Amino acid sequence: MRLFGFHGGVKPESHKSQSANVPIAPLPLPARLYVPLRPNTRAVAHCVVEPGQHVLKGQRIGDAEGVLGTAVHAPTSGIIADIADYPMAHPSGLTTRCVVIEPDGDDRWIERVPFDHRAVDRQTVLNHLRDSGIVGLGGAAFPSHIKLGAGSGIETLVLNGAECEPWITCDDRLMRERAEAIVDGAGILFELIGAKRILVGIEDNKPEAIDSMRSACRATSLPIEVIAVPTIYPAGGEKQLIRVLTGIEIPHGRLGGEFGVQCFNVGTAHAVHRAIRHGEPLVSRVITITGNVERPGNFEVAIGTPIEALLAHTSPRADTDRCILGGPMMGFALPDLRVPVVKGSNCIIAASPKLFPPPPPELPCIRCGACARACPADLQPFELYWFSRSRNFGKAQEYHLFDCIECGCCAYVCPSHIPLVDYYRFAKTEIWARERESEAASQARERFEFRNERQEREKAEKAAKLAAKAAETKAKLAQQAGQEVASDASANATGDDKKALIAAALARAKQQRSTVQPKNTDNLPQAAQAEIAEIEARRQAVGTQNPDAPERASPEDEAR
Amino acid sequence: MLTALLIMTGIALALGAALGYASIRFKVEGDPLVEKIDAILPQTQCGQCGYPGCKPYAQAIANGEADINQCPPGGEEGIRHLADLLGREFKPLSEEHGVEKPKSVAVIDEQTCIGCTLCIQACPVDAIIGAAKQMHTVVDPLCTGCELCIAPCPVDCITMEPIGETVETWKWKYPVIEIRKAA
Repeated sequence: MRLFGFHGGVKPESHKSQSANVPIAPLPLPARLYVPLRPNTRAVAHCVVEPGQHVLKGQRIGDAEGVLGTAVHAPTSGIIADIADYPMAHPSGLTTRCVVIEPDGDDRWIERVPFDHRAVDRQTVLNHLRDSGIVGLGGAAFPSHIKLGAGSGIETLVLNGAECEPWITCDDRLMRERAEAIVDGAGILFELIGAKRILVGIEDNKPEAIDSMRSACRATSLPIEVIAVPTIYPAGGEKQLIRVLTGIEIPHGRLGGEFGVQCFNVGTAHAVHRAIRHGEPLVSRVITITGNVERPGNFEVAIGTPIEALLAHTSPRADTDRCILGGPMMGFALPDLRVPVVKGSNCIIAASPKLFPPPPPELPCIRCGACARACPADLQPFELYWFSRSRNFGKAQEYHLFDCIECGCCAYVCPSHIPLVDYYRFAKTEIWARERESEAASQARERFEFRNERQEREKAEKAAKLAAKAAETKAKLAQQAGQEVASDASANATGDDKKALIAAALARAKQQRSTVQPKNTDNLPQAAQAEIAEIEARRQAVGTQNPDAPERASPEDEAR
Repeated sequence: MLTALLIMTGIALALGAALGYASIRFKVEGDPLVEKIDAILPQTQCGQCGYPGCKPYAQAIANGEADINQCPPGGEEGIRHLADLLGREFKPLSEEHGVEKPKSVAVIDEQTCIGCTLCIQACPVDAIIGAAKQMHTVVDPLCTGCELCIAPCPVDCITMEPIGETVETWKWKYPVIEIRKAA
């Protein structure tokens, strides 16, 4: 089969032999597991358990929420000690909500029922994968059921076993030891996505893995081919591997799925196999622990195991000063060793100043162009660096900043030791923050304008109502005036509307007062009534004005 | 001589007609400058600039009535953008209009709230929900942090709380060049 090449790339020292020759070993459960309710940075699971509750291994503790959500499960049986915020495996060192489980030591599973993916429709299978917490195990932890997408238009399923970063060997060991399970999982993905062929890309520095995968493939009837790809970092990048295997060059800002290729990690295929054939949700993964430790190797680790517990098991040497999560090219130094292993963690490297000497001081860019020659994404890293450095983010985006895969090749070859990737990461997060801000601003503008419009409308409605009422009264008045005095009232009504309205209002008030207002003399006995009548008559005779007379509509009168 | 005059007059008339037609056909509704200024302003609608909202302030800047340094929520960066757009000199934020503060949202202490609806009426973006004699609450994602609800509250139950960093909003810091002692 003809292979293709990709632009750039580097060949760092592999350091894989330290951990690749030891079989995957189970790791004893720590005293406490901290299971984050956040399967990836874009989604948070909805917690469905309470502190004090007893859970079984594989029991769902978080429901999938949102488009990119996947379920979270208990990695062992035990008691839920706490649900609180704990540091997470993220360069920020920020906390996230975790379910803390105290293992009871039995490691008792829930009832595991194999799932027949052929007996049900596609969506049900995808929902099963989502509820089994299956995400990409290559590092980004992107939900696999989303990647499986609509199930049409995919020609080639690429299984990524390249594992191009130095030091990491977890996929290598997995392929050597569990090749049948991986091939079976790949077959399930193949059926779900409706592809025509499967290509397994493995770097040619892993001959044992290639042999083991090839012999597993011989046992199946799948159109699957294992291909050894040249060892050039980053051959395991999605776009790079697709390019090497199929020759399809994916343009800037597009995805493999749009060109009939979808890529899954071998670990993901293994997890799919467990979820479908054994009914086991994703509760553990294989992780490489290497670097400055006495017993490097690969371990099957329960999700939520604190990294310090892992390190304790492999006895780091005395001069270890920090730990890198991920590989040396793309990983980050952990801000806190209490952070738990998550589904996307593939490697922990104990670093010492001897193994990873601190970078020499940054020098000015000499415009040598070495970074552009090394860039596997066909970008111009020096331009991106200048634009990011000067905070000229618009220009950086024009130069396809978001196609940068942060592989670190440019920084690796830079003779001036400029931490180029740090600048790109800074620019990317800054651009996202600005986008969020401008979105919030346009939302606020819209709401403010809507509120102003609403207030204007309410005001107009009120004015219209008042005007209608006034017109109505006027009409009524005009009618009355027409009935009463034909000649001079007409002149009056047209000449002075306001006066007429006031007069009408007074007349109405007077009428109301006389009819509605009960007089405090109404309920008096007969004798008293007669007496009052007598007094009134006397008052009339004397000439005192009648209090109800229209000329005396004074405030005291109103109050009466 | 006459031909030349006639030709020149003819050209003048034709061009005049073309310009006149273009001014009607391609008329720009509204003032595009105001829109551009408004797009830079943070849309807090807080009125700290002395105008009732961001749009009126944008209008005032466009008319030359207001200066570009009256918007505390926009901060220095906003002033820089405005200076770039309008080709003016950058000037620091005017102190009488306030100081730049970290982004925050209003939080109603629900135990103290008496349900008077005054804050609901004050909110420029309708981010507070509640009804008369019912508890009110702020819808966080909609709050612009304008602080206009604080003054009307008769029981002082509204406080401004800075927005903390989350994993979604966390940003990589600008790479700092470490200066080390020469060996």
